[in-house]
Amino acid sequence: MKNINKKTLEITSLNHWYGYGEMRRHVLQSISMEISSGEVVLLTGPSGCGKTTLLTLIGALRKVQDGDLKVFGRQLFGATRKTRQNLRKNIGMIFQGHNLLRCLTAEQNVQMGADLLNGFSYKARRAQSREWLRAVGLEDHFSKLPHDLSGGQKQRVAIARALAARPKLLLADEPTSALDSSTGREIVDLLKKLAIEQSCSVLMVTHDPRILDVADRLLRMEDGQILPTV
Amino acid sequence: MVINNFLKQRKIPLAWLLLTRQPLRILVAIAGIAFAGILMFMQLGFRDGLFDASVTVHKLFDADLVLISPRSKSSISMSGFPRRRLVQAMAHKDVIGTTAVNWNFLLWRNPENLSTRSILALGFEPSKPLLIDSDFERKAKTLKNKRRVLFDDLSRDEFGPISSWFKSGRLVETEVAGKRVRVSGIVSLGPSFGADGNLITSSETYLDLSPGIPKGSIEIGLVRLRKGSDVEKVVRSLNLSLPSDVTVMSLKSFIDFEKNYWKSSTSIGFIFTLGAAMGFIVGCVIVYQILYSDVSDHLPEYATLMAMGYNLRSLLGVVAREGFILSIMGYIPAYVSGQVLYALVRASTKLPVEMSFSRASIIFFLILFMCMGSAIAAMKKLADADPAEIF
Repeated sequence: MKNINKKTLEITSLNHWYGYGEMRRHVLQSISMEISSGEVVLLTGPSGCGKTTLLTLIGALRKVQDGDLKVFGRQLFGATRKTRQNLRKNIGMIFQGHNLLRCLTAEQNVQMGADLLNGFSYKARRAQSREWLRAVGLEDHFSKLPHDLSGGQKQRVAIARALAARPKLLLADEPTSALDSSTGREIVDLLKKLAIEQSCSVLMVTHDPRILDVADRLLRMEDGQILPTV
Repeated sequence: MVINNFLKQRKIPLAWLLLTRQPLRILVAIAGIAFAGILMFMQLGFRDGLFDASVTVHKLFDADLVLISPRSKSSISMSGFPRRRLVQAMAHKDVIGTTAVNWNFLLWRNPENLSTRSILALGFEPSKPLLIDSDFERKAKTLKNKRRVLFDDLSRDEFGPISSWFKSGRLVETEVAGKRVRVSGIVSLGPSFGADGNLITSSETYLDLSPGIPKGSIEIGLVRLRKGSDVEKVVRSLNLSLPSDVTVMSLKSFIDFEKNYWKSSTSIGFIFTLGAAMGFIVGCVIVYQILYSDVSDHLPEYATLMAMGYNLRSLLGVVAREGFILSIMGYIPAYVSGQVLYALVRASTKLPVEMSFSRASIIFFLILFMCMGSAIAAMKKLADADPAEIF
């Protein structure tokens, strides 16, 4: 319960540029935002406005160039590669494409997430992976390869994989864009339900107007800036 | 305990699954590595086989020391020295016996099709020991009659079906150096690089067959020592006491002397080592290509793993394990084919090409080195896996 007031994410005047010299583009302009523990936040905006860049910065996949970015209270500005790498273990990611490993079965893909946890035996990790697959409704598809699964099923596996590492923050980049509307809805509901069970915060980038209602809070972005909430 | 720990700690065997879920790629890789391995097995096998073959007779000599002329360079160019030197060597307190051996090539006529061919002839005193073969003494007795020879049944087939005729009880007579001889026994020595076949006869018959050589001149002197005497010490003292027209060496140095000739004074060693090196390089290129394209194909997946929190080192480990698995999987067929091909070579050339433990392990380590080296080179591509690019 003591986590309740703790911020999962705190950003103050974050700037980011791409390119050098005259070609330098200011893609994020003094962004400030925060996400509390267990909150589901949706980020929308036209393409090219810097949503994905922001997501990769929060996901510790890029070096912070300017400004404060704290994830779980850890400052990412000036953080070493190793710090960022370790931090990533606590951040789950769900991609536009499912990005599953083609050569692994559904169960093995999920276990790649569970394998990141220390202190569990192989059997325990496998049991957890199966548990997660049941939770996303794929109990009949443990040993199927990704190409034998439908788009929605693949995205469910991806969710199970992301959650299997027990992240405290889940980043999702347009998780529904490759899915039809009813499947997209199911996926997002599932994502929200499971994230809340794990008291995991969610930051989801989306274009999809049909899923905006799952959010606790909605942020709009334009030209590298977050618009003031109306 | 360790195994238990491993079973608990183990993770998804990603390297193994990456390879085995792409059967075509792994088949190409295994074929490539096996091909390189077979090439190395054959080249090094031939090389060592030829070196070993050059001393098949040498190894069988019943001697501790050997006397040769300092002008002798190898078994195919032996010079003579006076037989008296052996008598002088007998004066040493540790010497218990000597055998004078004549050694030269003579022309053998194939009794079946009458063609002639050069054969290595050894002449010795039949009452004295020559070869360490329990049955040899009995066979040597038959040489006491004039114009009798023992024929080596491992000689190449071009000399005629001597041993099968002999074993079937037939009287085998043919011409050596234009004179009629009779085969009175069969021995097993083996052809060498220099000699396609061997025959053994008495000194008397030998001199009769090659009348040109000066009497009292021999090519090899075998010296047997008292049990427990210091071979090196006797070699030194004999070299000091005997005139400089003869060199004394231990049987082992005599064998090395012959091998060394083939190794250093001919291009055999170089040619076959180069052949093996080619196999190694071809293997490297194939494994590198396979692993490189495997890493390139899975780059987005590696990047995903990095985004999930796997560090670069664990991903490099995946590539390294792929290399290791490939080396094992490629070595096994190479080893098996090597055995089969060695048997074929033995059957058709009668060269002593054997799978030795040292060669089998050297080639294993070469293949391992090849695969791991290629894996390390392919790892460079992993640096291109940028997790920031996959969103």
